Amino acid sequence: MEITLTLNGKKRTASVSPDTMLFDFLRNHGCYSVKCGCETSACGLCTVLLDGKPVLSCSVLAVRADGHTVTTLEGLQEEASEFVGFIADQGAEQCGFCNPGFVMNTIALLREHPDPTDDEIRAYLAGNLCRCSGYEGQTRGIRAYLNAKKEGLL
Amino acid sequence: MLTIDKYLRPATLEEAYEAAQKKNSVILGGMLWLRLGNRRIGTAIDLTGLVPDGIEDTGDTYRIGAYATLRTLETHEGLNILTDHAVRDSLCSIVGVQFRNLATAGGSIFGRFGFSDVVTTFLALGASVELYKTGTVTLEEFCTMGRVNDILTHIVLPKSPVTASYLAHRNAATDFPVLNTCAALCDGILTVTVGSRPLRAVPYRFPTDSGISAENIAETVAGQTVFASNTRASEDYRRHLCRVLVRRAVTDVLEKSAAKAAREVK
Ligand SMILES: Cc1cc2nc3c(=O)[nH]c(=O)nc-3n(C[C@H](O)[C@H](O)[C@H](O)COP(=O)(O)OP(=O)(O)OC[C@H]3O[C@@H](n4cnc5c(N)ncnc54)[C@H](O)[C@@H]3O)c2cc1C
Ligand code: FES
Ligand code: FES
Repeated sequence: MEITLTLNGKKRTASVSPDTMLFDFLRNHGCYSVKCGCETSACGLCTVLLDGKPVLSCSVLAVRADGHTVTTLEGLQEEASEFVGFIADQGAEQCGFCNPGFVMNTIALLREHPDPTDDEIRAYLAGNLCRCSGYEGQTRGIRAYLNAKKEGLL
Repeated sequence: MLTIDKYLRPATLEEAYEAAQKKNSVILGGMLWLRLGNRRIGTAIDLTGLVPDGIEDTGDTYRIGAYATLRTLETHEGLNILTDHAVRDSLCSIVGVQFRNLATAGGSIFGRFGFSDVVTTFLALGASVELYKTGTVTLEEFCTMGRVNDILTHIVLPKSPVTASYLAHRNAATDFPVLNTCAALCDGILTVTVGSRPLRAVPYRFPTDSGISAENIAETVAGQTVFASNTRASEDYRRHLCRVLVRRAVTDVLEKSAAKAAREVK
């Protein structure tokens, strides 16, 4: 089946099988930031934006993305670079495996709630599992970024 | 692993229904539950464009399209004001935002999963389901039906004023619930549902003019409900949780209802 979608701002047309998952399509198109942690919709590592909304690419059929817009971390480098340093500063990245999913979902969080409370941060990121940290580092990092923004330091 | 031989986007519900009658055909919701299966699907039927993905306010009901995502329900202001945020409370612990942007209301209700937070809530709120061939049936009746080979097009929630409360216990934040309950008071009848027993949710009804207390309701419900054990919890633990959660949910509903009545008097 032929599908055409907008991937990170560029139109892409490709042939896919009926059961090709968006995750595999993206990896085959050079988006290596998208990783698979569980393949059972449980960990959040494969998060991408589909028409601007965060979804699990391991659980979406590529054919269902036909005609839609998909954005991965490769297309959001600038937006991510604003806050990832703050997360790293808090020691929230240990093995770093969960990081691409966290960053993608943090982008979605900050677009939807530009000034979230800590509870809103935790609730929004609850679907991103991290086996190393206790999640506090990520929350502190996002808080530090938001504070710096409010204080006009960015 | 899940394999799909053919992907079909039918032009009409009739075509979708015909295709669904074939062995090995499957109707796709958000595909999250289907995805876990180890099966070979002959034809995967996508209902995009045939069933709505939004929520229609008809005046006396909210008519929820089968393809509305759980996130759409969770963030719908009218639905949540109507239900004292019971809808949001019941959905917000299901895996994560990315998951709830995919999982559909239709797939969640059609599956009638024993662990479901969605069924427990919509059952207490008096929802009905619209099935393409079967017509409209109450969710309560739908939950007692065996295998249904039909298409769920809508879930209909009456907009009658309701006071509601949803509570669940999970062993870990976004895991399946160990037990859940929803209490909803509407027109003098208190409906209490208990789900994730781990069997399908069951409803109980109590007229509030009988003066029965939250403790008595909790005892009655815990005494009459059949529970079972699984890897998450034992039957006994679930019965104990049921007493506690039902008592808290009913107390919350009675307090909120008294507060609403006091506001109306003012
Ligand atoms: C890892 C994981 C954790 C979960 N945790 C929870 C939880 O804690 N609480 C909870 O309540 N739920 C939980 N769920 C269930 C989830 O919320 C959804 O209810 C479930 O995925 C089904 O919704 P779906 O849209 O993905 O449907 P699908 O998986 O696409 O479909 C489910 C079934 O319904 C059929 N179907 C779908 N739509 C229709 C339709 N319109 N008409 C007729 N048939 C249809 C399909 O053929 C299939 O048999 C979990 C699921 C997963 C995978
Ligand atoms: S790989 Fe998609 S949720 Fe884990
Ligand atoms: S830092 Fe290792 S999984 Fe999150």
